[in-house]
Amino acid sequence: MTATVADAPAARAGAGTGTAGRRPVPVARILRFELLKQFSAWRVRLLIGLCWLGPGLMVFAIDQQSTLPSDTLFGRWMHATGWAGPLVVLGFAGTWALPLVTSMVAGDVFASEDRIGTWRHLLIAVRSHRRIFAAKAVASLAVIGLLVAGLALSSIVGGLLAEGSQPLVGLDGHLLSGPDAAGDVLLAWLCVLAPTLALAAVGLLGSVALGRSPMGLLLPMLAALGMQVAQMLPLPVAVRLALPGYAFISWNGLFAAPQQLGPLLIGVGVSLLWAVVATALAYLVFVRRDFTNLNNDGAGRRALTLGVLPLAGVLAATVGLVAVATDAGGSGITQAKVQRSVATAFAHLYRYQQAQMRQPPVTEAQLQTVAACDKSEGLGAQQGSGNDWRCTVSWNVPGYNSTAQAIYQLNVTANGRYTADGDGPVQVNGYFLILTGGKASPNPLWQFDGNVDLLPG
Amino acid sequence: MDGRMEAPVAVRGRGITKVFGDVVALDHIDVSMTQGQIHGLVGPNGAGKTTLLGLLLGLAVADEGSLEILGAPVGRALPPPDGISGFVDGPGLYPTLTARQNLATLAALRPDDAPAANVEEALEQVGLIDAADAKVRGFSLGMRQRLGLAAALLTRPRLLVLDEPSNGLDPAGKKHVHRVLRRMAAEGATVVLSSHRMDDLEALCSEITILSTGRVVFSGPVNKLSDENRDLDYRLRASDPSAARAVAAGTPGVSIVEGHEAAPGPDTDVIVVRARVAAVDELVARMVREDVAVRELTPVVSPLEAAFLALTEQPAPTAPISPAAPISPATSTASTAPTEQEAAR
Repeated sequence: MTATVADAPAARAGAGTGTAGRRPVPVARILRFELLKQFSAWRVRLLIGLCWLGPGLMVFAIDQQSTLPSDTLFGRWMHATGWAGPLVVLGFAGTWALPLVTSMVAGDVFASEDRIGTWRHLLIAVRSHRRIFAAKAVASLAVIGLLVAGLALSSIVGGLLAEGSQPLVGLDGHLLSGPDAAGDVLLAWLCVLAPTLALAAVGLLGSVALGRSPMGLLLPMLAALGMQVAQMLPLPVAVRLALPGYAFISWNGLFAAPQQLGPLLIGVGVSLLWAVVATALAYLVFVRRDFTNLNNDGAGRRALTLGVLPLAGVLAATVGLVAVATDAGGSGITQAKVQRSVATAFAHLYRYQQAQMRQPPVTEAQLQTVAACDKSEGLGAQQGSGNDWRCTVSWNVPGYNSTAQAIYQLNVTANGRYTADGDGPVQVNGYFLILTGGKASPNPLWQFDGNVDLLPG
Repeated sequence: MDGRMEAPVAVRGRGITKVFGDVVALDHIDVSMTQGQIHGLVGPNGAGKTTLLGLLLGLAVADEGSLEILGAPVGRALPPPDGISGFVDGPGLYPTLTARQNLATLAALRPDDAPAANVEEALEQVGLIDAADAKVRGFSLGMRQRLGLAAALLTRPRLLVLDEPSNGLDPAGKKHVHRVLRRMAAEGATVVLSSHRMDDLEALCSEITILSTGRVVFSGPVNKLSDENRDLDYRLRASDPSAARAVAAGTPGVSIVEGHEAAPGPDTDVIVVRARVAAVDELVARMVREDVAVRELTPVVSPLEAAFLALTEQPAPTAPISPAAPISPATSTASTAPTEQEAAR
């Protein structure tokens, strides 16, 4: 038998139901203590330094190079505008930095007390499991928030110092003005707070359930890695959207016109649901832990069962809910969507190219761009991810009353993102430099990134 | 009933049981701890000491039985009263904070209306004022123990519960800690001390409880335990070792311990005799009559330790463990079966 919240007097005192206990310690004081502990740890101070200085320096340094990280979303536009840098950092952060940050902060906030043997000390001083949990959770979230803010602001400052607030080319080729790009960049960083919170909650759960075990510290990293691997697999779209890590990707939709808000909102909602459920589970595991037995650090089958099984249930329920609510089935990548997306992006970028080349302005209506795409040379199902998509784009050449064509090879990933690589004619989508304002930049129609909305409609 | 029983009781437990899974940590034990006394708690590993300390500190509640601390009943719906402090399994300190920060943050966690000692005062009491701004990471075990005690003192506790507070302390540190604990008891606080250091317990405690496999095998005044009548081993150093050996051999009730149980090492002047107190008295008298000077007569194992070993059924050590403070043969005592056992079941 182990002590539970029902029979732990410390918890009752904190809950304010005791009859003879002292008045509970205000959460604010425990929070201050937790923050002091966090900020006194060298690894947290190091993280703060890295997050507040690293991205800015990295963006600035990359911008000074002639070769840009064009395999990263918005990387190819880093010489064009300062708003591309923070989005490159955001893509990297969603993959590595944010899982690492949540691991090192939330994944350790409870385990550190096990490691240095201070649980009993803290419980005797505070006498409330509930207040300790609340203070620790809020403290770790505050530190994570500070780190995320550092990543965002540092990369923005680095980008703006390097290139200034120039218009940003969106994922469908349309131009966002500097202020519009600023708003969307900030909104994108705000959106990834949701999956970061979900990972932090998983970190709290791991820290509580696994105690001194290093697995507790690694859990958010492993969860993030698992979700990234899952996003690379050809999963049904309902499963993809039901994973809390999807919001690390779905902010892409903010940079399309019209904005692809459906996947973004679902991703954020799912992430917040996971954050709430995982935090609640962590709380339940924590208050059921027996602190009189020093050898018991909470890691056990019961703790794992209490933590893992409900989350698996949440995933299953979310998959069902998303499938029913969105009527989404299959990969979400269809021939019609690919054609529409490529045609739109091409039309926008054609206008941009013409402007760069100081040609008379044209409109999308004049171009009447259409794309004909097939997968595997028309063999097999014309849907799903793969690098065997090929599109022929046709448009009306303004002033000539004739139709021109250009060919693109597409590499479409399972999450809907694609890279289009120009395959001729060279004069349209080949590699050549365009001199604009004293700066040479590659032909925007040579290679471009796009995004297919995975939801029906 | 003696006067001790009439003194106010700080802790009274009756039939306390605590079970962890299949393990019965405490099995219907009865405990009483007098206010203003230093109460020792001893027992072999796994005897239930930490569990009992955890109950006193409010880390858990008993599954069965009644517990009253500082006059207030403690139970499932009754949290422990204010005024309890201490540590189990070492002081909980944060290595990345300084000594002063550790105490200051702890003090800040106390309710506003709780009586609190000054941080500087607490550091001064345990002799750590010079290390106040050093990070605890660099502290020795003894310094951590003293800082843990300072943390416990911050609340001006009426019940101070300490688990192995002398761990890692050098003689000066130990003296410091003992002085603090004695002063607290003199000021009316009850100190509950768990330790494997019998010399510490003998030096500090007026009462003692011995636990074994979750049961109380003795609870009462230390002198009551030491008064009991059982054979003890004594180191005997005399002016004429051969004559002393002959006298010991001829004294009724005295046997000479030979072989690996005798005093080891090159000190051939020392013999080890096993006897009860009365026989030791007779041995000293005979040696005096034979003109053999007694230069040292020391229990190999302290009376408390001997009683502990006997009551908890552990094999006696085969050699002197640590020489206890030399005692006069006239005042040395030994005991056999305890007369005041409070085995709970």
